[in-house]
Amino acid sequence: MLPRKDAVIIGLGWTGAILAQQLTEAGLNVVAIERGPYRDTSTDFNVAYMQDELRYAVRKDLFLQPNVEAMTMRNTAAQTAMPMRDYGSFLPGHGVGGAGVHWNGHTWRFWDSDFSIRTHLTQRYGAKKIAGLQLQDWGVTWNEIEHSFDQFEYLAGISGKAGNLKGQVQAGGNPFESARSREYPNPPMKMSYAPTLFAQTMSGIGYHPFPTPSANLSQSYVNPLGIRMGQCTYCGFCERFACGNYSKASPQTTILPVLMKKPNFEARTECEVLKINLTPDGKHARSVTYLDANGVEYEQPGDIVAICAYGLMNVRMMLLSKIGQQYDPVTGAGTVGRNYCYQTSSAARMFFEGKHFNPFIGAGTLGQSMDDFNGDAFDHSKLDFVGGAGINCVVSNGRPIGNRPTLPGSPRWGAKWKQATVDGYQNSMGFSAQGSSYPVRENYLDLDPSYTDRHGRPLLRVTFDFPENDIAMSHYLSDQMEKMTKPFNAKVATVSRIKKGWDAVPYQSTHNTGGAVMGSDPKNSAVNKYLQSWDVPNVFVVGASAFAHNAGLNPTGTVGALAYWAAEAITTQYIKNPGALVHA
Amino acid sequence: MIALELALKLAANKNRIAGVDFMQHDPRALSRRRLLASVAAVPILAASADGRTISGELPWSPFAGEPPRPVNPLGWYFFTPGEAATVEAIVDRFIPGDHLSPGGKDSGCAVFIDRQLAGSFGQSSRLYTKGPFMPGLPTQGYQGDLTPAGRYRLGLWALNDYTNTTYKKDFRALGIDQQDAVLGGLDGGKIKLKLKPGFSTKEFFELMLQNTMEGFFADPLYGGNKNMASWKMIGFPGARYDYRDHIDKHNQPYPKGPVSIYGQV
Ligand SMILES: Cc1cc2nc3c(=O)[nH]c(=O)nc-3n(C[C@H](O)[C@H](O)[C@H](O)COP(=O)(O)OP(=O)(O)OC[C@H]3O[C@@H](n4cnc5c(N)ncnc54)[C@H](O)[C@@H]3O)c2cc1C
Ligand code: SF4
Repeated sequence: MLPRKDAVIIGLGWTGAILAQQLTEAGLNVVAIERGPYRDTSTDFNVAYMQDELRYAVRKDLFLQPNVEAMTMRNTAAQTAMPMRDYGSFLPGHGVGGAGVHWNGHTWRFWDSDFSIRTHLTQRYGAKKIAGLQLQDWGVTWNEIEHSFDQFEYLAGISGKAGNLKGQVQAGGNPFESARSREYPNPPMKMSYAPTLFAQTMSGIGYHPFPTPSANLSQSYVNPLGIRMGQCTYCGFCERFACGNYSKASPQTTILPVLMKKPNFEARTECEVLKINLTPDGKHARSVTYLDANGVEYEQPGDIVAICAYGLMNVRMMLLSKIGQQYDPVTGAGTVGRNYCYQTSSAARMFFEGKHFNPFIGAGTLGQSMDDFNGDAFDHSKLDFVGGAGINCVVSNGRPIGNRPTLPGSPRWGAKWKQATVDGYQNSMGFSAQGSSYPVRENYLDLDPSYTDRHGRPLLRVTFDFPENDIAMSHYLSDQMEKMTKPFNAKVATVSRIKKGWDAVPYQSTHNTGGAVMGSDPKNSAVNKYLQSWDVPNVFVVGASAFAHNAGLNPTGTVGALAYWAAEAITTQYIKNPGALVHA
Repeated sequence: MIALELALKLAANKNRIAGVDFMQHDPRALSRRRLLASVAAVPILAASADGRTISGELPWSPFAGEPPRPVNPLGWYFFTPGEAATVEAIVDRFIPGDHLSPGGKDSGCAVFIDRQLAGSFGQSSRLYTKGPFMPGLPTQGYQGDLTPAGRYRLGLWALNDYTNTTYKKDFRALGIDQQDAVLGGLDGGKIKLKLKPGFSTKEFFELMLQNTMEGFFADPLYGGNKNMASWKMIGFPGARYDYRDHIDKHNQPYPKGPVSIYGQV
């Protein structure tokens, strides 16, 4: 048993770092317990050897390895879940900084209509339109949380162009975004050829492209904590890699230099939290149990426990600690594991002749996007689905092990393969539709009955397939993308179409959402609007686990906002008067 | 019977594996860091009873990074000489030498695969390898119990078993048209090798093709992509890290050739 702390934070990634910063600012004594190693720019993200595609992108050196924690998956409850022996479809983070170290940096805000999605869609189309979907309001409104988005964007130095300032649509920005209180902290990045061509062509047919809001910085910047970041060099070793230039927003580049110096903060690395211990009535968390790198077990008591272990791990931690009731897809009872969602995506690729796209000039978020077919920006009344997708033309890299597009029908080896590879490398560009993922009864998370981790504890089991609504949405988007490719006059254009049967092998996105969703009703949400557990009020569960559904947008802008929002509730309300902040 | 033999061979092999890649260094690197912390009397890195506690300062320890080590190009670490010759023949059919680039063998792809199999990739040392092993759905990924090293050992044996039955020759002794026909048969599903449940012929083919391409396009320090031939072929500038001077030169060729991590130009 170790000395008591005011707050114990499980995981020191994006959310853990934000909570630690805000809670220590309010004077609390905080310990963060992180499973992976301490990593920092000057020591570990070395510009002399970061450009190693095999090590970082293919062998996934910085990621969580399945021998540390794996998960099982199946598409339907009728199947037997099998372990993902290697991570593929998504790649969770490991170590200080979490997945914030090796993300792309697309930094979006969900829309006002997302936070009140059920109300919004019912008002616009009637309740019948969303029958069969477990869409529900998030319990927090846009006006309440807008300032938390702003906090995260200024912390991270996001480079972008506002499209809607206090209700006034701005030229060059995203006209479909919800009203923001001020401009982005940095101007958009410079654009390479492919996104420029994309934006020109799409504007030409009446769409509304704008620079993708990016956590790769367009210029040097000093954030509100006084930490200096550098200008992105478009190095093309960004997602799956750490940035050697202090140019990609991560806990390392935006928070840790200040946080680590605080006397009221302590980080314990290479320490894995096994569970949260509750009082006998199950209504209060006393402490967390963790193993250090030598396998020695410790108990760390704390007044507040914040689970910041990444969405999927948050849910597993709750289940292993018996916080809240497991969701049952048959009866609909229970809330932990409910409304697990993912992302529904497809892509277009075009081949030209005589071009120099130079795909290696790239950055995690170097690109142009448009939301003409995202969320509820377009009228769904004559369509057989709800939801939509952001269209993104992002050139993140031309790394050749993973990125060698060839004309459809080309051989995959031999002399003709080689010529096709040479022809394709400079002559191809693409864009993609990153679609929403809406909750249905049968997609959920629970503990696996057979497979265990290295400590003998059950793995998380993911039961997921793309619901009919999302497939219809995605096919509609593929149709639109086919039309969008026409004005490019490419030699060949292809558009992929999603199929039933989520496949755990090819990378799709590390955007796993839900499982411990926020809301105003403890019957269908695991945490209240402040991300506080309904069942154990001194536990806060922070991350995309709180999303009641997933939008056609990357999650971390909203994850960061929720972290600030929860931290604000703790520091301004909870510590003055510990206990449930919302009475259901 | 075959399986038992294989298991023995594999076990024997494990003992002569030299740690050559960074993935195997993880645990050692960590303990080295912990050691540094405790002996160097750096107050900020107290290697205290409760694990690695960091407070009051940004931690920094000298030599904490783990630069990759270039492979030694000589000899074989995992393959037997026969296996090595087979793999050299295969990578030369996947990537034949021509006016665009040298072939897979001369580019070092077989050496690359050998070193990968001798290291943590070959042993699946970072993957989830607990049983029970059961056949899975295609969407659930590889569910076999063989590591990549075991898959190569069995697969190469089965490939020669097939060519000896069909052509009375080892794969490497076939003419290149026959070799192409055999590889095409593995790729297209027309040939089924004597493998084992949970490890299909198609999976073996995909593993070899993937690893060959990895070797051809990875940084030369891993043994393949000699003289950065593949990067020159497609126009990838390699380990360069700053393109600010070319970002707005749209549709113009990039003027500089590739560089590698250890400074080949
Ligand atoms: C390749 C890639 C690209 C991405 N690109 C984007 C993008 O462009 N835009 C976007 O919005 N999002 C992107 N993401 C997702 C983004 O990285 C995550 O949304 C974000 O990091 C989540 O923050 P978090 O704090 O919830 O989790 P993390 O940042 O992952 O932090 C969780 C931490 O908890 C630790 N932990 C877990 N379990 C335990 C335990 N039992 N004990 C102790 N510690 C534990 C982990 O080691 C980890 O450090 C990407 C992710 C990946 C992998
Ligand atoms: S692309 Fe920019 S932000 Fe990303 S790693 Fe390279 S320099 Fe850093």
